Amino acid sequence: MRSFSLIDLVSLVEALRWTVALVVLALGFGAPLALGLAMGRISRFAGLRWIMAACIQIVQSVPLLGLLFFFYFGMPMFLGIQVPAILAVTVAYTLYTAAFLGEIWRGGLEAVKQAQWEAGACLGLSAWQQFRHIIGPQALRLSLPPTVGFLVQLIKGTSLASIIGFVELARAGQVVSAATFQPLLTYALVAAIYFALCLPLTLWSRSLEARLDGSR
Amino acid sequence: MALVEIRDVHKTFGKVEVLKGVSLDVEEGEIVTIIGRSGSGKSTLLRCINALESVDSGEIRVEGERVHAKMPDLKKFRQRVGIVFQAFNLFPHLKVERNITLAPLLTGRTEKAKARALAEDVLTRVGLADKIDAWPEQLSGGQQQRVAIARCLAMAPHLMLFDEVTSALDPELVGEVLKVMEAMAKQGMTMILVTHEMGFARNVADRIVFMHQGRVWEQGPPAKLFANPKTPELASFIASAK
Repeated sequence: MRSFSLIDLVSLVEALRWTVALVVLALGFGAPLALGLAMGRISRFAGLRWIMAACIQIVQSVPLLGLLFFFYFGMPMFLGIQVPAILAVTVAYTLYTAAFLGEIWRGGLEAVKQAQWEAGACLGLSAWQQFRHIIGPQALRLSLPPTVGFLVQLIKGTSLASIIGFVELARAGQVVSAATFQPLLTYALVAAIYFALCLPLTLWSRSLEARLDGSR
Repeated sequence: MALVEIRDVHKTFGKVEVLKGVSLDVEEGEIVTIIGRSGSGKSTLLRCINALESVDSGEIRVEGERVHAKMPDLKKFRQRVGIVFQAFNLFPHLKVERNITLAPLLTGRTEKAKARALAEDVLTRVGLADKIDAWPEQLSGGQQQRVAIARCLAMAPHLMLFDEVTSALDPELVGEVLKVMEAMAKQGMTMILVTHEMGFARNVADRIVFMHQGRVWEQGPPAKLFANPKTPELASFIASAK
């Protein structure tokens, strides 16, 4: 047994880069997918709407932990392929992000009045131009606060990757705690680091909410 | 050839037949006002003219071109036919200038360097040149509606449709919008209006079309129509509108 030292704090902060990396990966792949899902959900093709809704429903109904287990432990069992941990978590967090952000953004898109599409169409704009210049920007502003809210969830949600042995912040906390026998101090620090990461986002979200009244 | 030719148009929403065989011609430069009770089909007819609704049978031609939702040049067609709505439908996230220049820029009607001048020009025509940098929500209803008209004018349409454009306005704001429309009429714009403003219909329109139960019930020059309605339905409508 050794006492808690600066090295331990450094190892915690170092593990933070994996937490950040997981969030970046989840957003990098999940956000474009979410946009596709959201647009599919408001498509005029009923079949597409139905398929998108089903995908979202399935992913939202499975616990994030279940997704992680499925891709890390399940894939080797079902398909006989060993999936690298980084790939398994990337896929799991991507699907998780896409499903939740997709629904948030769909809500934003639907909150923009139908007449706005119509007004764009009547000026001779294409459907894409209507989306890009009229509906999208308004929906984005409506969706920003809940999007940031989800981002905070996602940051905290990356701690689940520790369960399959991923050494991000939470897992590093376990390691340090086991080495120093100072769980209280260690986990308090871990919590403080999560807090320091999420607080600015929450504050930013608040200021956005105050600044954007939804119309402009 | 009339600018707008409407031939035996039928349109059904669910089980309700809204248009039951409407035929109507509108000549270039003509101001036609459609009046009638709610549910008479007048707004639906207007929305069919720029393919916001598609007709079930019959046909509509504008400048000889058959209008329907799947026409290949729908976007080009809509650039030539402006429509102004009851609820203005300005883009709330864009300033007045951008509201006006968005479509001309995206459709290649104007270039960036000339866009602001275009906005200034059409705003001057509706008397709002000083509001070019305002947000829509900073404007009164009447001003918003005039910006909506300016937004249409920026596309230099050949035909303008007005769907009850003063119905959502406070009474004291109606006049400023009607004045703008009257000026447009004098400049020779072809206009089809659905309106409840009988005074405007009487003074500005070349022709009044009275719709009733999905049909053109009676039509003619305003003076004649208001003085001598031929049908009891129009007579009672005029009496109730006074």
